[in-house]
Amino acid sequence: MSARSLEGQKPSERIATGVLWTVSALVCCVLLWILGDLVVRGAGVLSPEFLTEAPRDAGRAGGVGSLIISTLWIVALAVLIALPLGFFTAVLLADHRATRLARFVRGCLDVLNAVPSIVFGLFGSGFFCVTLGLGYSILAGGLTLACMILPILIRTIEEALRAVPSDLALAAAALGISRWTRLWRVVAPAALPAIAVGVVLGVGRALSETAALIFTSGYVTRYPEGWLDSGRALSVHIYDLAMNIPGADQRAYGSALVLIGLLLIINTSVRLAARRFSARMAP
Amino acid sequence: MLPQRPPRRAVRDSLLRALVLSSTLLAASLIFLMLAFVAGEAQPALGARGLGEFLTSASWHPTDASAPEFGLLAMLAATGATALGALLIAGPLGVATGLFGALIAPQAWARLQRMLIELLAGIPSVVYGLWGLVVLVPLIGAGTRSGQGLLAASLVLALMILPTVALSTEAALQAVPRELLRGGAALGLGPIARARRIALPAARSGIVAGFVLAIGRAIGETMAVLMVAGNIVAWPEGLREPLRTMTANIALEMGYATSAHRSALFVVGLVLMMAVIALVALAALVRGRASSVQEARA
Repeated sequence: MSARSLEGQKPSERIATGVLWTVSALVCCVLLWILGDLVVRGAGVLSPEFLTEAPRDAGRAGGVGSLIISTLWIVALAVLIALPLGFFTAVLLADHRATRLARFVRGCLDVLNAVPSIVFGLFGSGFFCVTLGLGYSILAGGLTLACMILPILIRTIEEALRAVPSDLALAAAALGISRWTRLWRVVAPAALPAIAVGVVLGVGRALSETAALIFTSGYVTRYPEGWLDSGRALSVHIYDLAMNIPGADQRAYGSALVLIGLLLIINTSVRLAARRFSARMAP
Repeated sequence: MLPQRPPRRAVRDSLLRALVLSSTLLAASLIFLMLAFVAGEAQPALGARGLGEFLTSASWHPTDASAPEFGLLAMLAATGATALGALLIAGPLGVATGLFGALIAPQAWARLQRMLIELLAGIPSVVYGLWGLVVLVPLIGAGTRSGQGLLAASLVLALMILPTVALSTEAALQAVPRELLRGGAALGLGPIARARRIALPAARSGIVAGFVLAIGRAIGETMAVLMVAGNIVAWPEGLREPLRTMTANIALEMGYATSAHRSALFVVGLVLMMAVIALVALAALVRGRASSVQEARA
């Protein structure tokens, strides 16, 4: 089709189409360049030891095992805190589409969503670490990230709840089923795969975060002993290796590959689990 | 047994209502809590010096023992320059990519392009910083000097906001009613002319809203800029001269700042929050006008 329509086109059309193809190809090439660069420089470092050992000699030797554990702790805490809060907020927003309350809440969340992550770090280190006395700790990092991922969780869960066919909820209501049962047995299971996508987005944002964590969860590199222990996140480690440790570029790249691998693993497993669970629950 | 059931049900439903309402209030109040806390911590510095000194002086010497100075102007300019540079690069490229994907490209290519762009959006900012530091900065410096500075920061930021611009452009263009485009085709307009004369004007406010969000992201980005900008407090004078943005300043100094210096960093945070609030309001305004125009047309 494109060949035939090109023939009859004016030269200006043909030139513009060519420019657009070039831009698109350029953008795709830069992307592949970045990804290829990551793999080429980082793959050499990866080994079973790299994935299990704690860093030694400021990260020049050893691995990132302890950091993977710290990172997972922080992200898990953030999701555990933000998910219930976000879910119930989304329930209200999905029920009240255009009331003044809903519009106000959405406005607040839009602003929260746009706040720079370093400001979350500033707030978290002042409020959670100092005012609440948690110090540099995994809990403080998790709480800070929970605030940060709340807006994106709420928005995606709200959309998920709204996308549930209303005849399901109406039928349940017509049967005299209570709101509580309706929510847990009818609406939430139907919305689960879409909710899982929201969780994946939130986890992705939390895993990628660096600026909010440097001054909340700290940069201790050993295996964390509890949630009040300081624990360095992988992203903070990448930053530290690249900026402060001369000659550790390759290890920074290896850590970046591990981080992106974690993102991909969590992404696919949450989606798969939610799909399977929802298939079993479907009426 | 039977008489117990209705009360239990009522209890559950009112429990649900309480949970829903309290969660919503907590979620909505979070931004106010943050604002109040940051403003409270900034108060000592603001009270002692007034916002005027922060916004009119360019010299930042927070740790000077005798006469510390807290001027944000150079860093404000640096933030503005890097964000503007990023927008100048990512704006045209992003709109072109989004336009291509939405209207011109064959479907398979459009899908591939979107997949790659979404992947780009998911890469952590610290990884962009790493790539910028290891690959881009030496290229810009070309052996003779450090390439850290405005150009490196703008390029890395441009890569990071390109997905925002491209995806919002694509979405806005796809929302343009198909009959408008078919009408254009019936008048003999080619695909490019249809895109330029019909689709782009119709999608303008959606695209502009995407730009505003992209600016917000560029202003707020910390790590990637921190890693490639050189971080010397200076006016943005040349493409290869180092500079320090407001976000980078917080990240660099938060670790050791105490008393007045620490309070001054919260002033920086407060300024950033204000800028972001203004941008969100602007985006809402642009989008609100768009939807009211569409309603009027319908």
